[in-house]
Amino acid sequence: MMNLRLIEPDLIVDLNALPLDYIHRVDGHLVLGALVRHHMLEEREEVRAYCPLLSEAATFIGNVRVRSLGTVGGSLAHADPAAELPMASLALDAEFTLQGPEGRRTLPAAAFFRGVFETALEPAEILTEVRVPIRGPREGWAVEEFSLRAGDFAIVAAAVRLRLGPDGRVELARISLAGVAAAPLRVPEAEDALVGTAPDPDRIERAGRRVAEGIQPESDVHASASYRRHLSYVLVRRGLRKAASRALGEGAA
Amino acid sequence: MRERTEVEVSFELNGTPRHLRVDAHRTLLSVLRDHLGVLDVKEGCSEGVCGACTVLLDDRPVSSCLVLIPRIHGRRVTTLTGLAVEGKPHPLQEAFVRFGAVQCGFCTPGMILTACAYVRAHSGVTREALRRALAGNLCRCTGYVKILDAVEAYARSVRDGG
Repeated sequence: MMNLRLIEPDLIVDLNALPLDYIHRVDGHLVLGALVRHHMLEEREEVRAYCPLLSEAATFIGNVRVRSLGTVGGSLAHADPAAELPMASLALDAEFTLQGPEGRRTLPAAAFFRGVFETALEPAEILTEVRVPIRGPREGWAVEEFSLRAGDFAIVAAAVRLRLGPDGRVELARISLAGVAAAPLRVPEAEDALVGTAPDPDRIERAGRRVAEGIQPESDVHASASYRRHLSYVLVRRGLRKAASRALGEGAA
Repeated sequence: MRERTEVEVSFELNGTPRHLRVDAHRTLLSVLRDHLGVLDVKEGCSEGVCGACTVLLDDRPVSSCLVLIPRIHGRRVTTLTGLAVEGKPHPLQEAFVRFGAVQCGFCTPGMILTACAYVRAHSGVTREALRRALAGNLCRCTGYVKILDAVEAYARSVRDGG
């Protein structure tokens, strides 16, 4: 941020000494301290096994040097509209713990992101912890991204989570996107249309189209609105296919 | 109102303990090059993108242009020079020479440090994995093919107990 001349702070408080780089498994959730590094999401066995969507999202973040130092809390609190972890946190129904002088509160990811670099954090609050549900049986996931070069900001990225019932029909669907609005967003109309159906190619195709219709991306120097809409359709369709096949056969990753 | 704050930092640079008193706002890159004269660390984009200023912090590659100097207190910093074994070039450096993986040389220190850290941390390295690992180190001369050839050959020699 400073190197890009986006901010010029008078004072910097280094949070790195806080004991917040833990990863715990509690009551069906993975609980991550805000200082868990991106490379830990990629490499730590408990994250790969219990929340593979997070591990997969982390592989798209910046480059290996960024992943050495970048933190989960930092990425979420920064709230770049094209970033992977804010998008992933929506698809995961993550919960954030915020702490400030008034005490501690928890907030669902959906209520946290407000706009470009804007969140629900009060000026004296920091994000200290993230809770994500552990992957259940018959649950598939996928993270898809399109950027001009490896490590660039995403033009559009999509995170998808599908849980199937014993009958093979969708019990829960989550579709979230980055790069198509001022904040990451979910597309509930497309999610709802999948619930109760078998995730066959036809349904998936329709869900992708619904996503493209349900968003209002803007044009900028990197991509036009219609190109972003098209990418959203392609990436969601691709993600849903992968998520469905992972949900059906555990090893089909 | 901006005040200048000086900090004392102790760290290990290429195996040698260092103790400095410097302005807290300086980056590791600027301290290495301008204060300590460590010129094998290159300054490219200064935004964490190009990889020319890569150093190993403990054993992980980082952009030294993005690390404020107070952060390295108590840590180990390795630059290309630190890879040398008893004054001789590291085997990966030799592979770069053998395969013609160096043209202008500006990206080379970062490229070698990143590749070296990756090969140390992973067994059974594939070319595709190397491509991904090195994706954040930009080279404007070589087209990457010879760099990947050199790293792949080195990784193979490590695996085969070379």
